Amino acid sequence: MKQKTLRFSFRRLGALVRKELIQIVNDPSSILIAFILPVMLLFLFGYAVSLDSTRVRVGVALEERTPESENLLTTLRNSKYLDVTASFDRGFLEREMVAGRLRALLVVPIDFSRRLHSPGSSAPLQIIGDGSEPNTAAFAEAYLESVVSLWLQQRGLETGAQMNSLIDVETRNWFNPSLESKNYLIPGSIAIIMTMIGTLLTALVVAREWERGTMEALMATPVAIQELVLGKLIPYFLLGLGSMLFCTVVAVFIFHTPLRGSIFSLFLVTSLFLAGGLGLGLWVSTLSKSQFVAGQFAIILGFLPGFQLSGFLFEISSMPKIIQFLTWLFPARYFVQALQTIFLAGDVWRIVLFNSLVLAGFATLFFILTARVTHKRLA
Amino acid sequence: MWLRIITLIQKEVLAVLRDPRNRMALVLPPILQLFLFSFTGTLEVKHVALGIWNQDYGQVSNELIQRLGASPNFGHVEFAHSRQELQQMIDEQRVMLTITFLPDFSRKFSEDTTAPLQMIADGRKSNSAQIAQGYVSQVVNQFVSEQTTTSNAPNVQVVQRTWFNPNLDYIWFTLPSLAVMITLQICLNVTAMSVAREREMGTFEQLLVSPMQPLEIMTGKSIPALILALMEVTVFILITVFIFRIPFHGSVPFLYLSLTVFIISMIGIGLSISSIALTQQQAMLGIMTTLLPATLLSGYAAPIENMPGWLQPLTYADPLRYIMVVIKGVFLKDMPPLEILNNTWPMAIIAVFTLSLATYLFRRRLS
Repeated sequence: MKQKTLRFSFRRLGALVRKELIQIVNDPSSILIAFILPVMLLFLFGYAVSLDSTRVRVGVALEERTPESENLLTTLRNSKYLDVTASFDRGFLEREMVAGRLRALLVVPIDFSRRLHSPGSSAPLQIIGDGSEPNTAAFAEAYLESVVSLWLQQRGLETGAQMNSLIDVETRNWFNPSLESKNYLIPGSIAIIMTMIGTLLTALVVAREWERGTMEALMATPVAIQELVLGKLIPYFLLGLGSMLFCTVVAVFIFHTPLRGSIFSLFLVTSLFLAGGLGLGLWVSTLSKSQFVAGQFAIILGFLPGFQLSGFLFEISSMPKIIQFLTWLFPARYFVQALQTIFLAGDVWRIVLFNSLVLAGFATLFFILTARVTHKRLA
Repeated sequence: MWLRIITLIQKEVLAVLRDPRNRMALVLPPILQLFLFSFTGTLEVKHVALGIWNQDYGQVSNELIQRLGASPNFGHVEFAHSRQELQQMIDEQRVMLTITFLPDFSRKFSEDTTAPLQMIADGRKSNSAQIAQGYVSQVVNQFVSEQTTTSNAPNVQVVQRTWFNPNLDYIWFTLPSLAVMITLQICLNVTAMSVAREREMGTFEQLLVSPMQPLEIMTGKSIPALILALMEVTVFILITVFIFRIPFHGSVPFLYLSLTVFIISMIGIGLSISSIALTQQQAMLGIMTTLLPATLLSGYAAPIENMPGWLQPLTYADPLRYIMVVIKGVFLKDMPPLEILNNTWPMAIIAVFTLSLATYLFRRRLS
């Protein structure tokens, strides 16, 4: 008898998949997670989270009014990276910086032009950054300094003095020559979206079935355990792939993110990541059997590492060694690296294959864990 | 009437604290985020892996390589011997930045002609790559200025200082911001789930047949959230000040005034979600759809002035935007009370709006 019920049947599997698909279509939260949240996230990472400080608000405190200081001010105003507020009242600018309306100050002190002209001495300039926003402060200070040195070079040309910069640094940025942060944030945010569909949605849906008792009802039918697990996985896998396709289209055609790799490698890493994510969601919900607990665990094990340990926004190499070690333990970092490479650099096979292999390992692990828990429940 | 409200508040606090899962939801996420985020939430660039292709082997290039290797900003240095190797290093993300010294680099430098230095950066991490390029320029400029001693050209000495956070310590920025973000999560978790949970358990009907007025029910559900959120933010601030030793300069009463207004404005949003959601699952999704845009539009993840012009007005509707300025101002900048108030009244307006919305949705749900 037991032998008979455990035989695998594609017909039963098909019926289960159909049942699940109908539930997905009828459940507004599935649609919300698979299509509305992704649009919102892509939109936010495409527009709202821009790390490109294109117009930094700086203040210029002029303690003297001379042709030189006016000239420097004009050069600063002409820079397209700076949004300059000039004032003779240094206190006013300092208060503006406390209020967060200015990111850095350049102070032109009272004897600036006199010391500029006296040979042998150097004229002091002071740059003060607002350290409460460290990233912006670093950019603002660097911009101000480069504009000042540009001004010096121009003056050198005008006054005829030879100003040779002995080393000329030429920089090229591969894969993203316009240096737009959205180009790597959008592929990264796709990883977050896949985590939500794979882990959060499955965890919630399966836990709901346990809570309502419909899971036990299903188990009482002549359904083999493999059919049951696959019947849950296939529909959400398809939903995830659908959402991935949707995200890719939005990324490429609306946000103009380049897609230099092949669709095949994109499909490969996404499938493997989704399989692992679904496995994790299934495992967590089978273990906890409660929507609330499963949801919390899905967030802690899927969503938080996806955001913080994946390297999609925060640089992994800057983290302490222990945390760096921690990032290897979650699938998110492998997926983010593969996605950023496939979108921006192309099919670098070493990266694509290595990350695919690791993701396949995670998927296998979570499936084994799920299978073991589910067996126990049946026994 | 007050007695009824107080009883309801007691009941709500007990309901939140007695359920072990709820207790976990109140305690675990803040602790996890505090310890994880304080280390991971950084845009700092340290230990940059550097690739070098030295075709020059001259004195100048060797000196520069040694200086780059000694700089604390760079981690390990890899050497390439061909263009292909160089390209592979970047492709496979073994290094973030490569430097190429052309064969005549040292000769040109000593002949006082301009020596070209080629730098290639990995644009997959353009923010970090730009900062890393800055590190290289610093080293190069320092070297050049040491070599050029005689000059009658105009000379300017730029002194750089950073206020409020002299060492540009990222954690000084992360932890105060995190304090308000966690307050936001707690207050949404408590309010948004409360009605949905009662509805799922069937106790909501019991509440409705009691002599409570809708407004009393709302008050009874808001005040526990306010109390819990204020308690949690206080613990967080104490940890930030006493364990992480982050300076706290500003006025405590004005900070709490501002925090209270902020929490009330978010309670309005939480209660609105609660009135719409039929199940706890929907409430959870509602929390997520609020939390993500609120955080990303607040100026925490990226400065507001970097956003496109049409998007910036939207951030004025985000209470988190104002409280972020206040909390960093109070912690690091000794922000004057007037400036705190300037950032508080917009939140008060938002609070009036969200609370009215919640009342409207709640009444509609009842009828």
